[in-house]
Amino acid sequence: MADGERGALNLSTGDFAIETRDLNLWYGDFQALFDVDLGVKKGIITSMIGPSGCGKTTVLRTCNRIIERLGYVRTTGSVHVLGHDIFGDDVEIVQVRKQVGMVFQRPNPLPISIRDNVLFGFRLHEARLRKVARAEEDEVLESALRQVLLWDTVKDRLDKPATGLSLEEQQKLCIARLLPVKPEVLLMDEPCSALDPAGTEAVEEMIWQLRGDYTILIVTHNMAQARRASDECVFMLLGRIVEHGRTEELFLAPEHAETADYIEGRYG
Amino acid sequence: MFTATALNRRSHRNQSVAKAVFCLMTVALVIPVLLILGTLVVKGAPAISWDFLFTAPTNNMTAGGIFPALVGTIWLVVVALLASVPVGVAAALYLSEYAPDNLLTRAINLAIVNLAGVPSIVHALFGFGAFVLFFNMGASILAASLTLAVMTLPVVIVATRESLQAVPHAFREACWNMGATRWQTIRKVVLPNSISGILTGVILEVSRTSGETAPIMFTGATAFLAFLPESVFDQTMAMSYHLFYIATQVPDAPEELTYGVALVLIGIVLMMNAVSIAFRVYLRGLKKW
Repeated sequence: MADGERGALNLSTGDFAIETRDLNLWYGDFQALFDVDLGVKKGIITSMIGPSGCGKTTVLRTCNRIIERLGYVRTTGSVHVLGHDIFGDDVEIVQVRKQVGMVFQRPNPLPISIRDNVLFGFRLHEARLRKVARAEEDEVLESALRQVLLWDTVKDRLDKPATGLSLEEQQKLCIARLLPVKPEVLLMDEPCSALDPAGTEAVEEMIWQLRGDYTILIVTHNMAQARRASDECVFMLLGRIVEHGRTEELFLAPEHAETADYIEGRYG
Repeated sequence: MFTATALNRRSHRNQSVAKAVFCLMTVALVIPVLLILGTLVVKGAPAISWDFLFTAPTNNMTAGGIFPALVGTIWLVVVALLASVPVGVAAALYLSEYAPDNLLTRAINLAIVNLAGVPSIVHALFGFGAFVLFFNMGASILAASLTLAVMTLPVVIVATRESLQAVPHAFREACWNMGATRWQTIRKVVLPNSISGILTGVILEVSRTSGETAPIMFTGATAFLAFLPESVFDQTMAMSYHLFYIATQVPDAPEELTYGVALVLIGIVLMMNAVSIAFRVYLRGLKKW
């Protein structure tokens, strides 16, 4: 996590993986998002902080349209992922979700073996188009588990149930599970909040490994985590984006008084 | 300092009374079951033999066995299952996995619960009117089984829906987020994890179906048939109706014969329930969360 490394990725280009314009969102009569204009740059880690109920998770869940499962949600404005409007008429939601993977607060491995968990999405999307040899599956499996730093821990028990892993390992597995379908964007909704400090550190380390290969948008309640494990940081309050900038600048010299008050812990 | 006060003693007394009352009620519940089973075994056991199970009744049903009734009950149960399980499981899948939570869905759920409460004789008359007369099936295994199927459908739907809903929502969410459709999610995750509950419901349905008398009385069961049914369009004897018949319409049937039939019938039902319970225990042990 050396600071010099961060410079390697150009943070100033306008190349956005996710771009929202005038995004408003209502849960029934309650407006949760107000004119959200957010640009998440490709290949870096962007964190979202803000007090509970400020709309962080809502923004996250809008980016792969999982929010629509709640029937009473209404949105206006646009969300572009990788340059394409995901609310367009000809958009296939399955294709969106392939590109935009999501990790939840509580690890949710399926009650099947570690191998089957990792290969679940791969089999769903790839194995239905062509015959996949066992050797290729093994390759995909190993590569995904290596990327999340889990291979060495689980390589001898790939056929054991995934629910027997520790929470930290489960969370890594849930991330590994997304990788075989080659997503561009990973959304993480407080991925460490169910973990102990050691687990948090391990998962953060792993997320940092993924930086560069994937665009990562991570919601967190933990300001220290946002500070040490993200390139850019977004501060939200009451459904609006208050401030968005490079993480170190936002924490050292916030532009807005609300941001300063929040990161100093005056409310939360 | 730590001695009991009057208030303590009164609390303890109340507590003992409550415990005694609840215990008594439990015993009152168990006694009739034991008495029924005991009477059946004592009076019916002498009648049971291989011949009893595998020969037809003779001498105007005052002697002989129950073989046609046993076979008939199996026919009725199997055909009823073939009709009600696909419909019931599919309906439960729709209600639990697809249907939006709106007024209509809630009305349908309410209707299902109410359907479970309809007396069996009403189902019988419905089956007679609908299947035997309107659809012109005549009195047949088909009509009787369909009547039984309609009657047990709510049981299947409710049991299936409950076991579907017992599958943690996080599993579905995980699948959807990997781009699985609802059907893929159901097939790969929801069904494999709820199959134990569904099967339990099905077996319970079997045990209920095999014991019902009213729904088959007008729709396909017959008091005596010299031959075994060959297709679903034949009439058939059935255990439950056979028992009803020899107990009420054949005054000179020996007592042990009647009790023997009752014992076999209740044996079938209890065995089914035992299988169902064993199955549930076994499958629950396989569950990995």
